[in-house]
Amino acid sequence: MSYYIRRIFTLLLTVLLVLILTFAVFRIIPGNPALAILGVEASQEQVDMLSEKLGTDRPIGVQLADWLRGAATLDLGTSLRFDEPVAGLIAARLPVTLTIALEAVALIVLVSIPLGILAARSRGRAADLIVSAGTQLGLAVPSFWMGFLLILLFGLTLRWVPVSTYTGWSESPLLALRSTLLPAVALAIPQIAIVVRYLRTTMLEQLSLEYVRTARSKGLGERAVLYGHVLRNALLPVVTVIGILFGELLAGSLVVEQVFTLPGFGSLLITAIGNRDYPLIQGLVLFIAASVVVINFLVDLSYRWLDPKVKLR
Amino acid sequence: MKRSLLLSLGLLLVGALALLMIVSFFYTPYEPNAMKIAERLQAPSLSHPLGTDNFGRDVLSRVMAGTQTAFLVGSASVAIGSAVGLAVGIVAGYAGRWADELLMRATDALLAFPGILLALLLVSVFKPSLSQTILAIGILFVPSFARVVRSGVLQQREAEYVRAVKGFGAGHVNIVFVQILPNIASSIVTTAALSFSTAILVEAALSYLGLGVQPPDPSWGRMLNESQTYLAKAPWFTLAPGLLITATVLGFNLLSDGIRDALDKRG
Repeated sequence: MSYYIRRIFTLLLTVLLVLILTFAVFRIIPGNPALAILGVEASQEQVDMLSEKLGTDRPIGVQLADWLRGAATLDLGTSLRFDEPVAGLIAARLPVTLTIALEAVALIVLVSIPLGILAARSRGRAADLIVSAGTQLGLAVPSFWMGFLLILLFGLTLRWVPVSTYTGWSESPLLALRSTLLPAVALAIPQIAIVVRYLRTTMLEQLSLEYVRTARSKGLGERAVLYGHVLRNALLPVVTVIGILFGELLAGSLVVEQVFTLPGFGSLLITAIGNRDYPLIQGLVLFIAASVVVINFLVDLSYRWLDPKVKLR
Repeated sequence: MKRSLLLSLGLLLVGALALLMIVSFFYTPYEPNAMKIAERLQAPSLSHPLGTDNFGRDVLSRVMAGTQTAFLVGSASVAIGSAVGLAVGIVAGYAGRWADELLMRATDALLAFPGILLALLLVSVFKPSLSQTILAIGILFVPSFARVVRSGVLQQREAEYVRAVKGFGAGHVNIVFVQILPNIASSIVTTAALSFSTAILVEAALSYLGLGVQPPDPSWGRMLNESQTYLAKAPWFTLAPGLLITATVLGFNLLSDGIRDALDKRG
């Protein structure tokens, strides 16, 4: 029990630090934030009006308290560019980014587990070397450029998929899936490489353990050893890795969405940065970082739940 | 055999790219920024081996000049990240207690920002430029260096040989810099090589988004941004910078893996 209490405490502490950090970034700008947004040609009246709107005319402590209180009630302020609540803008773009990220997770699981098993089984032989070379390459290609290549191949040459058209879930789930498939593939490739390498290592580690010899010596077939024992034990740490990768997927999606001009978090953040829409940048970055912290927390708990051997200290 | 293969492949790739960079200081086939609208979007030919871009600039000359930016961003950001990370890691690992707790929670908070997100947050504060890109990427690397150094210091602090020199009356500075650091140098070097390839990827992404290196500074990411409009018409325009990014990242990844494996074998 004390483990959970301590884990929840560090979760809250990390979220608090993330909140303070996202707040602090726009307060360390030398001078007045309103002036930074409006530019030097702005009149004093305009600056004063924006300062009041942003709340930056108040003492810094009051601002921070307000930001923390707002975040706790999901009130992240009002966007300057869109003149709408930041939370609403995030909610409207969430389905696109989430769809891409979840499709990518599905791809990672479907592709990397068989490849990892293959590499571990054929250690040192041709198949292993090919998979290893492939993972090195997969790690090196920028995912957004992979998007270019996919568009070039499947969109422009083979014409299998429409390029740069997004269909919402409410219109047609099938088309929504199809229009996010290529970005998901582009996003998943480097992460697949990471998981394959990781699974290969953990499986080889397991194979060298005592219990494998015991299982073999009691006459268990190679398949039963591999799939009944080794894989089960090797997959546990992989769950954690995929959890950690989820954050990378959300962040990577910001860039890949731009390649496919999809209306997700990516275009929202780029628009916000281009317009110096500080409340929107702050809110969106906070949302993504906080999701990552919470997901890692959940993965950590599930790991301990999946593996009874892990002591809850 | 495979181990030394990784290292030699990495050295070969990085060496070739470094050579390309050095050459680019003295010679490029054309002036990288010289526009010639009459020759825009030409396919690769003898006079333009990698074709021309939408302003008729020679793609080969531009990717050659891009190696300078890539190596500058990579080495400068790794220098910033490792210097600050080293300081944080030493203080956390050596001073211990509340300083350790405080610094580690702070790095935890920084690590909560996945990949490029922290860099995007940092570049949104100032005007996009080369130096800002370097600074943002450098800050990105602080947590990983701090952690590597901290765990190394914690491990070595109680080691037999450190106790021995302590017994001889060695000061803190001597213990940290002369005794402990050389022993964790290998993990720092591996982290540095890996960070270098991350820097290349993050710079490419930031510049692609228009938030990194600004024209006229040549940048592969920026070239990819410009090439997107002409993907169907001029695919060579996107292939050259993309392949160079891939080759650079691959080279430094192989180098990092190779160094780690070589030292593992010895240790």
